[in-house]
Amino acid sequence: MLNRLLSHDLPRSKPLAVLLLLIVLALAFTPFLFPGVKALNVAAKVLVFVVLVASFDLLLGYTGIVSFAHTMFFGIGAYGVAIASTRMGAGWAALGTGIAAALALSLVLALAIGLFSLRVRAIFFSMITLAVAAAFQTLASQLSEITGGEDGLTFRVPEQLSPSFELAAEPFLGANLDGRLLCYYLLFATALVLVLALLRIVNSPFGRVLQAIRENEFRAEAIGYRVVVYRTVSSILSALFATLAGAMLAVWLRYNGPDTSLSFEIMLDVLLIVVIGGMGTIYGALIGSAVFVVAQSYLQDLLRLGSEAVSGLPWLAALLSPDRWLLWLGLLFVLSVYYFPTGVVGRLRAWRAARSPATSTHPTHPLQGDYVENNR
Amino acid sequence: MNLRELDWKPLALVPLLALAVLPFIGSASTWVTLTVAGLAMGMIIFIIASGLTLVFGLMDVLNFGHGVFIALGAFVATSVLGAMGDYTASQSLLTNLLAVFPAMVVAMLVAGAVGLAFERFIVRPVYGNHLKQILITMGGMIIGEELIKVIWGPLQIPLPLPQGMRGTVLLGDAAVERYRLLAVIVGVAVFAILLWTLTRTKIGLLIRAGVQDREMVESLGYRIRVLFIGVFVVGSALAGLGGVMWGLYQQNVVPQMGAQVNVLIFIVLIIGGLGSTTGALIGALLVGLMANYTGFLVPKAALFSNIALMMAILLWRPQGVYALSK
Repeated sequence: MLNRLLSHDLPRSKPLAVLLLLIVLALAFTPFLFPGVKALNVAAKVLVFVVLVASFDLLLGYTGIVSFAHTMFFGIGAYGVAIASTRMGAGWAALGTGIAAALALSLVLALAIGLFSLRVRAIFFSMITLAVAAAFQTLASQLSEITGGEDGLTFRVPEQLSPSFELAAEPFLGANLDGRLLCYYLLFATALVLVLALLRIVNSPFGRVLQAIRENEFRAEAIGYRVVVYRTVSSILSALFATLAGAMLAVWLRYNGPDTSLSFEIMLDVLLIVVIGGMGTIYGALIGSAVFVVAQSYLQDLLRLGSEAVSGLPWLAALLSPDRWLLWLGLLFVLSVYYFPTGVVGRLRAWRAARSPATSTHPTHPLQGDYVENNR
Repeated sequence: MNLRELDWKPLALVPLLALAVLPFIGSASTWVTLTVAGLAMGMIIFIIASGLTLVFGLMDVLNFGHGVFIALGAFVATSVLGAMGDYTASQSLLTNLLAVFPAMVVAMLVAGAVGLAFERFIVRPVYGNHLKQILITMGGMIIGEELIKVIWGPLQIPLPLPQGMRGTVLLGDAAVERYRLLAVIVGVAVFAILLWTLTRTKIGLLIRAGVQDREMVESLGYRIRVLFIGVFVVGSALAGLGGVMWGLYQQNVVPQMGAQVNVLIFIVLIIGGLGSTTGALIGALLVGLMANYTGFLVPKAALFSNIALMMAILLWRPQGVYALSK
């Protein structure tokens, strides 16, 4: 049963399995284990990022495509919900319409970028997506009648998901049984379903072809697979999942603006999480997001302490300032690309495989192949 | 470069674009003003982009962190020019140049030195792997941007033009800013030196041979690795120079300018064909002209015009106007 649910892609490493189980359990019982608004917000952000990063991993880790337009689709999802909810008023109908419209727009855009990139060299794709994403961000902040411009949109969600909705007057195990809790569990269930769906996709025959393309595009084409079609479908699927992640974010925050869902920093975060967690392993998204978001939320406090401790040395204090936390993250990023190219998951699996080589039927696949480029 | 083999069609694009918009603008003097301004902006963009196209074309390194050297050059220029207030306040162009020239040299030296470290610690482990290059140089850019914030602070810093470079010169009825003329001169000089070095000198010959067959050149006793590191340093230094020019053009600098400029230079390189110096020049001129024309005709569409231009060029030549036949 579990095997089928995980699409026969088991963790294949005991420490990894324990870690995954701990994270899932912690996420499942956050409202009761860690009372407080901040903890719940952090957990919800983890859920959103798990979906977003896993969808990006389908593209980067499994297909070997570097796209910088992923936050564009994330933003489309968030704006879909935000715009529909402000125009149509709070309600499930607005939510559904917004998500459907966002999915449709993402589909069209991803198809357009995909079809267009067929004509260009593979490394152009990264650069083109970077330019397109920048243009889209400008567009979103310029169309202020629709998107609210730089100020963004604040809106209300269906009553059952808002804090004022009470299931019971008395708190249960330290958690208020209100609409926020329902909203959290809606996010949890959505994230669970979407991640399992992504696992299903990457372990399907389709997913195997994607990996073949990543390893050697030329051979995949020679066997008879239309590489172009597979790549396009992969980028469309990835865009649709990112759109849903954006919708999750908007429903939770009840707000959306360019910096919340479209900023380049989110794109960097996603890249960072994929690399730290492990490219080409959907599980990496779960571990990476949990570690990263928790670090992001609490590391700044730690840096503030450190900065105050060395306040006598202005240079060191400037380096340890909480505003400079991206510096340390960047360093971590470079070091992980350098020393841990397979991420946490790859490391744990390789460790296990090294101890008992006979039992490992699936070879771990570090991303050895160059990000394929053919100049035909 | 053999004249008979020269592919002239892309070269014709620049005058064609300029002529095509003439009817829309109407007034000839406005058109001259916009065209000269666009060409000058294009020259500045070319200086920024030339370093990246050099590094990619010769070393096959896709440096997403190139923008950091541009920002670094601009910030160094704010410090140097800030320290030379007496010279920049003077009305005499010559005295101004005595301040701007050292600023350029220092910016190039600093950017080149940082480029040396960047090559050693960031790029060297990932030669031959584009995916890792993209990821790791992106990481390098994050670090660089944050370090700039540590040194110069996270806020925007003004970088005013020296007194003597402000104002305009009249060419007939058309007003041309003085600084843009300077930009054209610097840009043409950079292009000429690059082309001359690559096609007419022994170093250029060795570099081109090293790109073709590295082992063979090494077995002849030349140290290609040192030469290639030199290419990276020169590329970074050019970015520093471009940063000074761009900072003076914008008249202010922000730590995030590296990422902003990155988008622009990628568009230029994609249009020109990755690694081609002449292609980068054409791409930069087209982008500069397009930005000025659309800025005048439909201001809201400025950024999209670049992307539309890129798409149009790619539909015509999917590899960029001058594709390297590697």
